Amino acid sequence: MNVTQTAQTLLSNQVSLRKVDKVFSPPGKPADAVHALGPIDLELHHGEFFAVVGPSGCGKSTLLELIAGLSTATSGEVAFEGKPIEGRIPDGVGVVFQEDASFPWLTVSDNIAFGLRRMKLPPGEKARRIEKALAMMGLVPFANSYPAQLSGGMRQRVCIARTLVTEPRLILLDEPFGALDQQTRLLMGDEVLNLWRKTGATVFLITHALDEAAMLADRIGVMSARPGRLIDIVETGWSRDRDSRIVQEEQFGAITARLWRSLRQESMKAIGKIEAAT
Amino acid sequence: MNPQTGQLLRNTLTLIVVVLVAWQALYWVVGDVALRSPLQTLAFAAKFTSTPQFAAHLAETSKAFGLALLLAVVIGLSIGFTLGASRFLSDVFEPMLVALYSIPKITLYPILLLAFGLGMSSKVAFGTIHGVIPIALFTITAVRNVKRVYIKTGHVMGLTPLDMIARIIVPAALPEIFAGLRIGFSLTLIGTLLGEMFASQRGLGFLLMSAIGLHNVDLIMTLTLLLTVFAGTASVVLLALNQRLYARS
Repeated sequence: MNVTQTAQTLLSNQVSLRKVDKVFSPPGKPADAVHALGPIDLELHHGEFFAVVGPSGCGKSTLLELIAGLSTATSGEVAFEGKPIEGRIPDGVGVVFQEDASFPWLTVSDNIAFGLRRMKLPPGEKARRIEKALAMMGLVPFANSYPAQLSGGMRQRVCIARTLVTEPRLILLDEPFGALDQQTRLLMGDEVLNLWRKTGATVFLITHALDEAAMLADRIGVMSARPGRLIDIVETGWSRDRDSRIVQEEQFGAITARLWRSLRQESMKAIGKIEAAT
Repeated sequence: MNPQTGQLLRNTLTLIVVVLVAWQALYWVVGDVALRSPLQTLAFAAKFTSTPQFAAHLAETSKAFGLALLLAVVIGLSIGFTLGASRFLSDVFEPMLVALYSIPKITLYPILLLAFGLGMSSKVAFGTIHGVIPIALFTITAVRNVKRVYIKTGHVMGLTPLDMIARIIVPAALPEIFAGLRIGFSLTLIGTLLGEMFASQRGLGFLLMSAIGLHNVDLIMTLTLLLTVFAGTASVVLLALNQRLYARS
C-alpha cells in the first residue's frame, strides 16, 4: 500500500470493526454462554453521523462499549484511527450515556472540568475550553449550579459538555435522550446536529427511536435480534445543514418506513412472538 | 438559612419544650424521692460543672469516647470499602455482620474485660464494637449503590483506580456513609458509657453508677441532663449536615 492510499484509509475510516463477536460466558458455566453480538463488520467514516437502531436486547449498547474500550471483543478486531482498541478508551473518544451521569457533588462547571482531568493543559487553556463548552450547550447561567437544581435535559447537556470539553474526534452517544420527553428530544437532536457540524467530529449514536435515527444520521445501521448483526445499512442523503424540520419531508417518512420494514421481524423475535419460526 | 434547616430548628425547639413540660409534670407527680425539677437540676448542674472533680471525669470520658469513635470510624470505613467493592466478600461477610449487629454487645463484655483489663482500653473497645458495625454496614451499601454509570464515566475518562475511589466512589457514596457515621456516633457513645458504668473508676458513666448507689438524685439528674444535651446536640448537628449532603444528590 503506498502512502496516499494509507492516508486515504486513515481519512475515510475512523473506526473499523472486523468480524467482531461478543460472547458473555459466566465464569465456570460455559453452557450458559450468551452470544450477544456479531459477527459484525463496520467502517465509520471520518466526520459522518452514524446511527444504530435495533430491537431491545440486540447488543446495541455492547457494540458501543466495544468501541469505547469498556469491554473487549471475544473475537475479531476493533480499531480506532488504525490502532486496535484493547479494553482501554483511546484518546479522542468521548462517550455520553443514557442515564444521568452528571456528578451531583460537583457544580456544572466543575463537572465539565472533570472531563479534562487526564489531559495536561495549561490552566488558561482549561478555563477557555470550559467557557466554550458551557457556551455551546447554553449552560453559562448555570455554571455554578448543582445538577440537582437542573432539569433532566439540562443535566444531559452537562454530560455532553463534559465530553465536548475534551474536543473528541469521535463522540459515542448511548441513547442519550432515552430518558427525555419527545419535544425535548427533538430539540436536543437539533443541538447534537449543531455540535456535529461545529466540531467536525464523527458521531456514533445508539437509539431505539427510528425517527430519531432517520432525522439525525447520514447512515443508519439496522441490527438484528440477538445475536446482533447488521442486517441493513440505510443512507439518508440529508444535507449537512439539516435540522429537526426535516421530519415534514417525504424522504423522512420513507426512511422511517424502510427502517421499520427491516426491523419488524427482528423486534417480534426480540419480544418472543415468532420464536418458533426461527 | 434554607427551609430544611429551618424545619429542623423548629422540630428541635418543639422537642425541647415538650421534654421540659413532661419533666416538670412528672416531677409534680413523683416528687423529690425520684426526681428534681428542671430548675433545680439546672441550678445543681451549674454548680457541679464548675468543680475540678467534674472536669477530670469529663476529660476521661471524652478521651475514651474520642478514641472509640476514631477506631470505629477507621475500622468501619475500611471494612465497608473492602466489602462494598467486592460482590464475593460482601456476600460472605455481610450476613455475619448483620448477625453480629443484633447480638446485645453487653454479653461480650465479660470477655472484653478479661481481654483488655479494667480501665481505658476495655472502655474504648466496648465503645468501638458498638459503633463499628453500623458504620461498616452503611458503607457497604453506600459503595455498592454507587450508580454504575458513574463508574462507567470514570472508565471512559481513563481514571486510575485510586482516582476512581477518591473522585467518584467516595463523593458518590458520602451521603449514605454519613448516615452510618451518625448512627455509629450515638452507638459508640452508648457503648463507652456502658463500659464506664460497669468496670471503671473514672468517667461520667462511673460517676452516674456511684450516684445511683448513693441515691444522689441531684447528681443522677445532672448527669442525665448533660449526657442528653450532648448526645442530642451532636445528633441534630450531624442530621443537619446529612440533610445538606442529601439535598445535593
